[in-house]
Amino acid sequence: MKPILIAKNLTKSYAKGIFALNNVSFELDQGKVLVVMGPSGSGKSTLIRTINGLETFDKGELNILGIKIGSDNDERKIQKIRRRVGMVFQQFNLFPHLTILENITLAPIQVQKRQQKEAEEYGMYLLSQMGIESHSKKYPSQLSGGEQQRVAIARSLALKPELLLFDEPTSALDPERINEVLDEMRRLADQGMTMIVVTHEIKFAKEVSDQVLFIDSGKIIEISSPDVFFSNASHERSRKFLNQIN
Amino acid sequence: MSKNKKIFFQIVLMFALLGFTGILINNLIINLTRTDIGFKFNWLIKPASFSLAEHSLPYSPSDSYAWALFIGWINSLKVIISSLILATCIGTLIGFLRVGKNSFFRITTAGFITIVRQTPLLIQLMCWYFVGFLSIRNNTFLNIRNILNISNKGIEFFGLYLSSEFSALLLGLSIFSSAFIAEVIRGGIQSVPLGQWEAYRSLGISEKQGFFKIIIPQALPAFIPGLTSQYLNLAKNSTLAIAVGYSDIYAINDTIINQTGRAIECFIILLFSFLILNLLITKVMGIIDKSIMRSRI
Ligand SMILES: Nc1ncnc2c1ncn2[C@@H]1O[C@H](COP(=O)(O)OP(=O)(O)OP(=O)(O)O)[C@@H](O)[C@H]1O
Ligand SMILES: [Mg+2]
Repeated sequence: MKPILIAKNLTKSYAKGIFALNNVSFELDQGKVLVVMGPSGSGKSTLIRTINGLETFDKGELNILGIKIGSDNDERKIQKIRRRVGMVFQQFNLFPHLTILENITLAPIQVQKRQQKEAEEYGMYLLSQMGIESHSKKYPSQLSGGEQQRVAIARSLALKPELLLFDEPTSALDPERINEVLDEMRRLADQGMTMIVVTHEIKFAKEVSDQVLFIDSGKIIEISSPDVFFSNASHERSRKFLNQIN
Repeated sequence: MSKNKKIFFQIVLMFALLGFTGILINNLIINLTRTDIGFKFNWLIKPASFSLAEHSLPYSPSDSYAWALFIGWINSLKVIISSLILATCIGTLIGFLRVGKNSFFRITTAGFITIVRQTPLLIQLMCWYFVGFLSIRNNTFLNIRNILNISNKGIEFFGLYLSSEFSALLLGLSIFSSAFIAEVIRGGIQSVPLGQWEAYRSLGISEKQGFFKIIIPQALPAFIPGLTSQYLNLAKNSTLAIAVGYSDIYAINDTIINQTGRAIECFIILLFSFLILNLLITKVMGIIDKSIMRSRI
């Protein structure tokens, strides 16, 4: 199978001498779920954000869905990638001045030039899949965190992406709201969606992911299957980290 | 501090204020009786007997002082409203460029804002009037097919004639206020969380559309208080009209005080003219604010 994403020697530093990414290389096949773990400040967000051009990098190369970007960060190529790669943020980042349905239909109408009616029908379909279609006319502030995050997932799905990125999607949620979001992500994985998920949810990682990427100080320490990573991590550093979050 | 103590201090403060006001009123009464001119408004109906270079309504020196004051009020209103519109347009544009991607515009607008905000308005007005308009030697500075004509007599635009005094004041006030408005716009835009930019970008929405559809609607409520205070400043600053010889309410008031000696009455009229004007601005901005708030729940 052809990989959907190939990262080669990605290197980035915000300040001189301190690497947020240090020679990061990995591949991701279509339909696979990659979980990214690592201590705070290890470069998880930086890594996932370079994939849709929210962050630039200094050296290396990315090949996403056949589109190659280098450190020159070609705006037009990044724009192409963003139309095919969805992203879900820790803080949801819904547009507070738009209704739930408008949040979801904005990009399909503006970017993909879809008819409003068609976009709304698909938006309602996505909301009903998540069981929140009754909120379609409300504003984000009227919803719970878990509901807002599911709207954010629906918003990124509206563009029918081929790859979904999640940056700690449940870290801002109340504990009793975490599962409603993880369940949606599990459903997407079952449907064959390719995903990269930064998370500390071990149960989710164990059950849903195909691979776990462990990163520390911008360096990939290991990439293993969840079985190996959680029971028999090959590196001392990974074991120490797992002890801390358990 | 206990509640009783607080109340005690409030009462002391109130008496102090009342006492101070009392002293001022007492002074006023003593001065009025000493100068023996009294406190009257009947002079308002006497003929003004001075001419005005600029009047939007019919006026001749035989008209009353009251009418002359009203003409002045209209002149003030004219320059305030047109400066307010021009300043908002320029300020918004500069504010947008100030936060934009183009680093040339970012630096030049920052320079513009610094220079304009750090120099006194009076000097800027003089510059526009003496250096800008009166120094145009050969009468005409710019003439585009008789549509726009800039000369030492002022600006003529589509048959609309603006005197050089009005033009200097309009430009001076607008440019000065636009620098402050630009900062209000910048502050409002930067008050929108960074995540909103990232959200529209990650959806493939272009910078232009994201800016106008996502960022600006959220920045609008933050613009209003800053804009209101800049508009009130602009209205008050318009009294510097006297420096370039534009007949606004303050300049006409000044002439009347010289002629009649009715300083106290004139200042009371002036006070209320501006109070009415600024209450009007505040009211309109309040309505705009409410409608923005309602549209976003
Ligand atoms: N905008 C920035 N400017 C300067 N340094 C930054 C910036 N963003 C991140 N960094 C630094 O880069 C390193 C990696 O940060 P990153 O946010 O990718 O870590 P993370 O693994 O996502 O951490 P967390 O678990 O706290 O979210 C950190 O040392 C961080 O301080
Ligand atoms: Mg992070």
